[in-house]
Amino acid sequence: MSMIVSSVGQGLLWASLGVALFLTFRILDFADMTVEGTFPLGAAVAVTAISNGMNPYLASGLAFVAGAIAGLVTALLYTKGKVPFLLAGILVMTACSSINLRVMGGSSNISLLGKTTIFSSHFLESLPKYFDSVFVGFVVIAIITGLLIIFLQTNLGQAFIVTGDNRVMARSIGINTDNMTIMGLMVSNGIIGLGGALIAQNNGYADVSMGIGIIVIALASIIIGEVVFGELTLNQRLVAVTLGSIIYQFVRLLVLQLGFNTNDMNLLSALILALCLMLPQLNKGASRLTSRFGNLMQQLTHTLKKGVEKP
Amino acid sequence: MTPLLSLKDIVTKVNTGTPNEVMILQHLNLDIYDGDFITVLGSNGAGKSTLFNTIGGGLPVDEGHITLHGKDITHTSVEKRTAFLARVFQDPKMGTAPRMTVAENLLLALHRGKRRTLRLRRLKQQLPHFKAITTTMQNGLETRLNTATENLSGGQRQALSFLMATEQRPDLLLLDEHTAALDPKTSAELMHQTNERVTQENLTCLMITHHLDDALKYGNRLIVLDQGKIKFDVRGDEKKQLTKEKLLSFFDTIE
Repeated sequence: MSMIVSSVGQGLLWASLGVALFLTFRILDFADMTVEGTFPLGAAVAVTAISNGMNPYLASGLAFVAGAIAGLVTALLYTKGKVPFLLAGILVMTACSSINLRVMGGSSNISLLGKTTIFSSHFLESLPKYFDSVFVGFVVIAIITGLLIIFLQTNLGQAFIVTGDNRVMARSIGINTDNMTIMGLMVSNGIIGLGGALIAQNNGYADVSMGIGIIVIALASIIIGEVVFGELTLNQRLVAVTLGSIIYQFVRLLVLQLGFNTNDMNLLSALILALCLMLPQLNKGASRLTSRFGNLMQQLTHTLKKGVEKP
Repeated sequence: MTPLLSLKDIVTKVNTGTPNEVMILQHLNLDIYDGDFITVLGSNGAGKSTLFNTIGGGLPVDEGHITLHGKDITHTSVEKRTAFLARVFQDPKMGTAPRMTVAENLLLALHRGKRRTLRLRRLKQQLPHFKAITTTMQNGLETRLNTATENLSGGQRQALSFLMATEQRPDLLLLDEHTAALDPKTSAELMHQTNERVTQENLTCLMITHHLDDALKYGNRLIVLDQGKIKFDVRGDEKKQLTKEKLLSFFDTIE
């Protein structure tokens, strides 16, 4: 039971990464590698600030700002420097690994043992084991998802969506697509930085290598949500990312129960994601077999290809 | 009378500074007046699309000046120019956002050239208006307001692009062979609707076409582009008296 509660808590905490990546990967149509750098950056900034006596909420906010700045750099490289987006992300990610070590004063791991984190409140400590991460994870992801749902329904949010959908058309109706890209990458990486801060506080430490494989985990939440829940509106899809993130943690739990260890997780996550992403191609082969299996594959493909469409 | 838009001695080059430098617009001059409905003819490579991109701001001008109502806009960005300029592309895929619905596309275009703020979009309040304007296109678009535009036919998508360009009255409308990708019947219908709307609302419009018949039938002014210059410019009665034979013989003289 406690394993399940723990998985739900982790799923909720990690969901912010999926939602953040949804903004760039699904809406802007931009696979942003920066996140592998901003996640440990957020963790490093928050943990270092907390170790130096900063209020943990303020430190988490600072992690958001640090992430947003990294996102800004990627966005400027891409929009103004005309660096291909994949490379722009990789450049910033690589630069972040040096910066993270600087932030952490040269050590690759800082512990929060004995420090006050957002998990140290009386209320959270009075909850049963692992319910603290469920509570914090739920509150944070509910606020982020709620704010994004409202934002996407504003004129600015609509301009952001259309930038990813048809850049030429967006420009032809007066939308500054560069600014939309910059805004999207800043907000997305800000949320990732915040996620890094939360997870580091939950784990009790920050580690420079904690960013490895983050993009795959975040993409897996998005794609699991899409595969499991099928045809949804944009708002429902944002919520589905959180559910996908929880399902991902259950899969992880299952895999660990099967006797694999945590070191195998990146390989397994990559395999699951690769399979999901190859569905459209697999479907081409499957469509020749006019079977129920083929139909199922077609449904899945349709779901996967779907971007920000609404019914 | 000051022209609405004036192009003075415009030179536009591509591959500037390289051995492949080509001068597309070669000291082109054009004055567009309020209410002009100009059909633009010219062979491939004459500079028609470059002219549109120059007016739209997508291509920087190497020499010369563009003025709007006498105000210099030579270096104004594409986004800022959309405050007075609307455009319909040849490719039905280019003018609409495929994964957004017809109503969402119309709403986005309603704010053409304006600042996008954090105000709620208020789509529902606009639906009756959108229903009314889509009905005028007479192609069933009004029944598909909540359909993603990628599921529309090419004709419906182009009709939608045209509505999006005109729903917020532009000072100048650029139609870049907007019916060329459609079948003859759908093309004729959209052309008819275009003419109705442009003449009824007295829009100022430039329309590129390869159909000599359309160029003669529609509009009150006709220009022919060749080698980056305007070689022929007729208006009013003179245009009415122009025939296909005269145009064809003119084309023979420039080639």
